[in-house]
Amino acid sequence: MIRIANGQGFWGDWLEAPVRLVEQGPIDYLILDYLAEVTMSILQKQRQTDPSLGYARDFPPLIGRLAKRLKERKIKVVANAGGVNPVACAKAVLAAAPGLKVAVVLGDDVYSRIDDFLAKGYFMRDMDTGEPISTIRDRIQSANAYIGAFPLAEALDTGADIVIAGRSTDTALALAPMVQRFGWGPDDSNKLAAGTIAGHIVECGAQCSGGNCQVDWQNIPDLANVGYPIIEAEPDGTFVITKHAGTGGRVHSDTVKEQLLYELGNPKQYITPDCVADFTSIHLEDIGPDRVRVSGITGRPKPPTLKLSISYANGWKAIGTLVYSWPQALEKAEAADRIVRSRLTSLGLNYEEIYTEFFGVNACHGGTAAVVTDPPEVQLRIGVRDASKKAVDRFTRELIPLVLNGPPGATGFGEGRPPVREIVAYWSALIPRDEIQTRVEVVTC
Amino acid sequence: MLVPLGQIAHTRSGDKGDTANIGVIAFKPEHYPVLIREVTPERLKTFFGDSVQGDIERFELPNLGALNFLLHGALGGGGTVSLRIDAQGKTYGAALLRMEISLD
Repeated sequence: MIRIANGQGFWGDWLEAPVRLVEQGPIDYLILDYLAEVTMSILQKQRQTDPSLGYARDFPPLIGRLAKRLKERKIKVVANAGGVNPVACAKAVLAAAPGLKVAVVLGDDVYSRIDDFLAKGYFMRDMDTGEPISTIRDRIQSANAYIGAFPLAEALDTGADIVIAGRSTDTALALAPMVQRFGWGPDDSNKLAAGTIAGHIVECGAQCSGGNCQVDWQNIPDLANVGYPIIEAEPDGTFVITKHAGTGGRVHSDTVKEQLLYELGNPKQYITPDCVADFTSIHLEDIGPDRVRVSGITGRPKPPTLKLSISYANGWKAIGTLVYSWPQALEKAEAADRIVRSRLTSLGLNYEEIYTEFFGVNACHGGTAAVVTDPPEVQLRIGVRDASKKAVDRFTRELIPLVLNGPPGATGFGEGRPPVREIVAYWSALIPRDEIQTRVEVVTC
Repeated sequence: MLVPLGQIAHTRSGDKGDTANIGVIAFKPEHYPVLIREVTPERLKTFFGDSVQGDIERFELPNLGALNFLLHGALGGGGTVSLRIDAQGKTYGAALLRMEISLD
């Protein structure tokens, strides 16, 4: 049995979680998931500004902080912290933790190969809309292929203490140690599916161990010290989800079920670079406090294609808010919204979208929300989106004047004008697997 | 007897682009057939109204006593494009807890 713990559900997750996983009990592997879809474009921009950047900058100091204990206890780390510059990330790790062996997985970054792919006749149609990528070619900011567990397992084969990938799938981080330690092959579809589903359960960190859980949430113990999830994986593909003794939170079939359903599509076709997992085969069993045994999982062989994660510039947006107080808070906010729209129309500004929510009334649940009569306060929240940065910028000047020249009782403008943000949108497409050749390198100072 | 869905099930929701997903999980196995009968794509379409612009698909997970719904065109463009406060559909599942279903 091996213990694989996830200490980071996204870049920006709780900084203490990986430290506590190492300090508070036994683990063999620490995995850390840093990459969301739009993260890659941010990292690509950073690398264009400075060739030594483009990776998750939280990662090297974390490894520096943990290095001594990782070495003492022979804990291996597998992380997709490399972003668009895994080698630079590895060098920063070596600078922070000189005694560790660091391997990187390369080959997922296809930003420079888009035209090559187009010349070969790959349209890279968007998987949602079916449009060819040529429609956004000149606006692409990053392009990466999702890679699976086998290249990461190959990196573990080098004996590295730290394995750094770029755009690996979240689930591959958990599956890779199982592939490497148990000797699973590319045709072991059921076992690969089991490891993939184990990865899905832990990929959002504490969201399977009591965080964001609806069931009995008031009584979930000590979320302040929530334990992040640990997979106890067996060579036969069964596993137990648990957390360190004495930590807060809860691991129960209810918390695991919620996470299994999170961001799920067709449950019979959970497609990864490693296999196609079947979520309708999962059997859960509560076998003790904070212990859920998972078994019965089946899967089918990997698809002939890999998914590309492409980000591109797609216009500008800004979202501004003002707060209206009782009495008639909602009526005042509604009147203010009409005034803003009228003033924008007078300026000849027609946006691709202008969208208003009344926070405290309908922002989260829209028309399904219960009717609130005479609330003590309402936040007016107006957003605009357009290809013209200038038009969006003009909107940001229309809210604060309302404090003096609109309905009475407006406040909450202390942050000043809202920022104009560039929209980085996400495009997913398929590419034949043969086009993506990964390779492993051990990095030295 | 009509009860809110939240009496017999819990939910979790999230996003994939402009599609929201809602997992609906029965607290007790005996209520799974009620979910199958009562919590249909048509009912969700009516319940959410204009918030969901596209189709709604339903998938069954009898092993978990759960249903998974995909609500297409439900996030105002999704992710970074959307102007909504809940661009990732995090609260869609909670909204559904209010939907009334028949236990009979």
